[in-house]
Parts: sequence; C-alpha cells; structure tokens
Amino acid sequence: MDRRERAVNLGLIALVAAAPLVAWALGEVYYINLASRVAIVAMAAVGLNLALGFGGMVSFGHAAFFGLGGFVAGVAAFHDFEETLFAGLLPGTNQMLVIWPVAMVICGVVAAAIGAISLRTQGVYFIMITLAFAQMIFYFAVSFPAYGGEYGLSIYVRNELPLVDTSDPMQFFAISFLGLVAAIWISARIMASRFGAALTMARLNETRLATSGIEPFPVRLTAFVLSAMITGLAGALFADLNNFVGPSMLSWQRSGEIMVIVILGGVGRLYGPVAGAILFILLETFIGAETEHWQLFLGLILLGIVLFARGGVLGALAGGARHG
Amino acid sequence: MADPVLEIAGLSKRYGALTATDDLSLTLRPGEIHALIGPNGAGKSTLIGQIAGAIRPDAGTIRIMGHDVTPRSIAARARLGLGRSFQISALASDLSVLAHVRIAAQAREGGAFRFWAPVRWDADLREAAMTALARVGLADRADATVGALSHGERRQLEVACALALHPRLLLLDEPMAGLGLEGTEAMTRFLADLKHEMPILLVEHDMDAVFELADRVSVLLYGRIIASGTVEEIRADAAVREAYLGEAH
Repeated sequence: MDRRERAVNLGLIALVAAAPLVAWALGEVYYINLASRVAIVAMAAVGLNLALGFGGMVSFGHAAFFGLGGFVAGVAAFHDFEETLFAGLLPGTNQMLVIWPVAMVICGVVAAAIGAISLRTQGVYFIMITLAFAQMIFYFAVSFPAYGGEYGLSIYVRNELPLVDTSDPMQFFAISFLGLVAAIWISARIMASRFGAALTMARLNETRLATSGIEPFPVRLTAFVLSAMITGLAGALFADLNNFVGPSMLSWQRSGEIMVIVILGGVGRLYGPVAGAILFILLETFIGAETEHWQLFLGLILLGIVLFARGGVLGALAGGARHG
Repeated sequence: MADPVLEIAGLSKRYGALTATDDLSLTLRPGEIHALIGPNGAGKSTLIGQIAGAIRPDAGTIRIMGHDVTPRSIAARARLGLGRSFQISALASDLSVLAHVRIAAQAREGGAFRFWAPVRWDADLREAAMTALARVGLADRADATVGALSHGERRQLEVACALALHPRLLLLDEPMAGLGLEGTEAMTRFLADLKHEMPILLVEHDMDAVFELADRVSVLLYGRIIASGTVEEIRADAAVREAYLGEAH
C-alpha cells in the first residue's frame, strides 16, 4: 500500500469518526445514527470484501449472514424480554458480549455448510447457489411466525454492553465505529499473513497454488467462513441500531446492496467498503429524501464505476492497482 | 537398480473416439533425465495432466515415491515431492517474483493456515524462497512483478517455484520453449547439474537439448510409447525416424 492510499484511508476513517462529533455538537441525533449506519454497513461490506475482493468468490448471499446476525440479536433480546426459553432450552440475553460471539459462531457454521457446497462451483453458478441458499433462509424467516414472520421482531430495549450506555447514540456509534476498525484491522492482518498469500494465489492462479502443494478449496472455504462471521457481527449491530430485525435484512436486495458497496468502494481494497458505504448511505438518505427513485442515480454511478473506474472510489482517489 | 520415483502402469485416457493415452507405462529412476518426445497431438499434454493430477485417467495407476497417487489431488502430489513447470507459464502477473516462490515454500515450511504473522517478516520463508531464486539466477529480480519479467525469466521463475518445494522429482513441460539459443544452453547446463539431486521427466521439443541431456528417451505417438531407450538407440530406431525424427530434422 503506497503513501497516497494510506492518506486516503486515513481520511475516510477520519470522516466517519468526525461526522457524528459534528452532529453531536449541533444536537442532530439523526445524523449520529446515520454515521452508525455507515459504520455498520461498511463493516458488513468489509466482511464480503474478504470473500469477494480478496478471495474472488462473488457471493450473492451475504444478506443471509447479515440477517442471521440480526436475528441472533433480536431473538436473544426477545426471549430475555419475555423471560421465555429459546427452543425450550436456552434463556435469552440482552448482553452484547454474549450475542456477538453467538452470532459469529452461527454465521460461521452456516457459512461452512453453504460454502462446502457452493465452492464446488465457480463463476455464475457460485453466484446463483449462494443466492439460492440465502433465499432459503429468507423464506424460512418469513414463514416462521414465532419471531414475527414477515413483520419482523422489535427489540424494545437495545442490548447492553458493560460500562457503556448503548441507548446513547454517541456511545452506540463508538461501538459501531470500533467494530468497523477492528474488522478492517483483522482483514489487513489476515491478508498480510501466509493465509492471505494463499488466498490471493487462489484468486489469481489456482493451478499455481495447487502446484505449490496447497489445496485451494480449504483456503477458500476458510475465507468464506471468516467473511460471513464479520458480516454476521455487523448484522447483530444493525439490528440493535434499528431496534428491529426483519426478513428484509435477509433479502436478496440486501445482498445486492452489500455487493454494490464493495464495488462502489473498490473491490479488494481494504478501505473500499468505507468509501462505498459513505457514498451509498449518502445517496440513499439525501437523494432518497427527494425521490423514491434514488436508485436510478445509484445505478448510473455504478455503471460509471464499472465502465470507467474499475478500482471504485478508492481506485479513483488513491490510484494504482493493488499488489500482493 | 533403485526403485523408480515415478511409476506409471497401464494408463489410459479416452476422449470420445480419441484415445489420448493408450495403455501407457513409464518409469523415472533416481539420477536420470527421462525425456519424452513426440509430435504434436501425440498425447503429451494429456499425459502430463494425468501425472500432475489435473486430469483423471480412465484406467491405470500412477505412483510417486511408491505411493499410489492416482486418486489424489494436484496439491497432494506436490506435497509428496512432485515439482513441475508449465508449458505456458502459470503465474500471476500482478504479484512479485518473491510472492510466487514464497507460496511454494509455504507448503513445506508449516503450511498456509497461519492467519496473523505477516508473511513479509517470515525470515524462514524468505530465505527458502531466496535460495530457490538464487539457484536459477533470479535473486536480483525478487521484488519485480511477474508482469515485468521477460519470457526467459518467467521460465526461470517456474523452475524456482518447483525447486522451492524441495521436490523429489521434476516434471518439466518444455522448459526451453522460447528461450533462445543462449537461454537454452544455460537451462541445459542447469538441468544437467540438477539431475544429480532429483530425477527429471523432461518433455521437450528441442531435440539438441534432449539428445544432450537425456539418459533415456521415450517416444510418444498416438498415446502410446512406440520406442524407449538410450539416445543412441532412439536415433537408430527405424520406427522413430519414420514417425518423428524425419519431420523434425
């Protein structure tokens, strides 16, 4: 990573950190929550970027993990609030420190199962099969009335974290922001490690990797699982941000949004998802306020990027292709 | 005679009506260069694919170091000691030379499943990679991206990647192709030295190089070995002259 890209990365992350401070100074709670939304959606995209950008696995089903993470937060809070047992066995909880690891483990296990099957295919078939699995989970959630079915599930009181008042927008933003930074940092460490080198070669030249004595399949599967865990954790935070989780978090449109954010920002660039999320949320909020056809503008921008700036926003700002 | 490091018995592969490999048997013994020659379409690529593990044979067995590897993957064969180079370079043009050789060294030096320590700071890995690069004379190009390499340097890199595995045998698919006179001579000298460390199955079009290097030559035609022997025997073989050498020389 060269100096210019470092500067752009630092600028992006500073922008996300500074926006709610300004909003807080002006007393605009709405914009603090908007910044939390940017941080969380960016984190979900950081997760997808690990599979899509660094691993070359174009998953069109990451909403499954985003939604699963959300439902873990929602269902745990529901049982805690109602003082009932999950599946007649487990009590609920409103503790984020329990919810987060559970969300990540569940997403990891589901991703291992989906990946073990999907990764036997490539290209368009991989896209379709990940979509199919995500749709199965979506319809399961819709048809399961205990947790609200198609109407979703409200989280009446935001889940808690020790020493922090999660209901305070500024403090919740701090949690979301630290989650994003941690996800980027972990991605960076992974991609700089031996595993990252193997994953990069699996994307660029599978034959070379196999000829070097390393099986491509377990490398890809592990990356897919890690990717799902990060996106799942973002989902748990997203449910708490909105005090709500519904099937929309699992929808294929959501999968598309996360993918669009990765592509907008720059595929396979560490901070690409941050740039993508900022752009996406701003368009959704400000052009979306003027017209419900805001996605027309999103489509035009996406078209421009795919045709003229393959590196996305990061590529345009920092230039140069990434090197391993 | 020592046990063969590579032993192919009764190998067959058909594509519809075409028999690409026809009940083929072949061995590679320690200390030798066994050259495989044959005209285009003789089935060399299919055979190499089967030895490397990219193509599944219909019948027959392939043994590496005494292990039956017929059902095993490309990577498993590499871990057993099969190093190979490709006819058309299988490299990633965005990555550095060092990154390529490091990947090959990883499998031997502890595997790929280390998630935290930066690979750049891995001194063992770097040393193993640099040693392999130095052997092929590419050490000063370690930080160049593969896209910036000349054709000859890419061939050298292919061999360095194979060496970084510390292979027990080498499968080289036309290592001289496109090297030019000087490059071919250098590669010939290099392989002549290397065969004392690891036997080499050499598929090559350059007859001068083959006749200079090979201890044994097998001639492939229509998926079958029509003749096998020393360089002198092959030169003298009437069937070979008719099928192949007549065209090439």
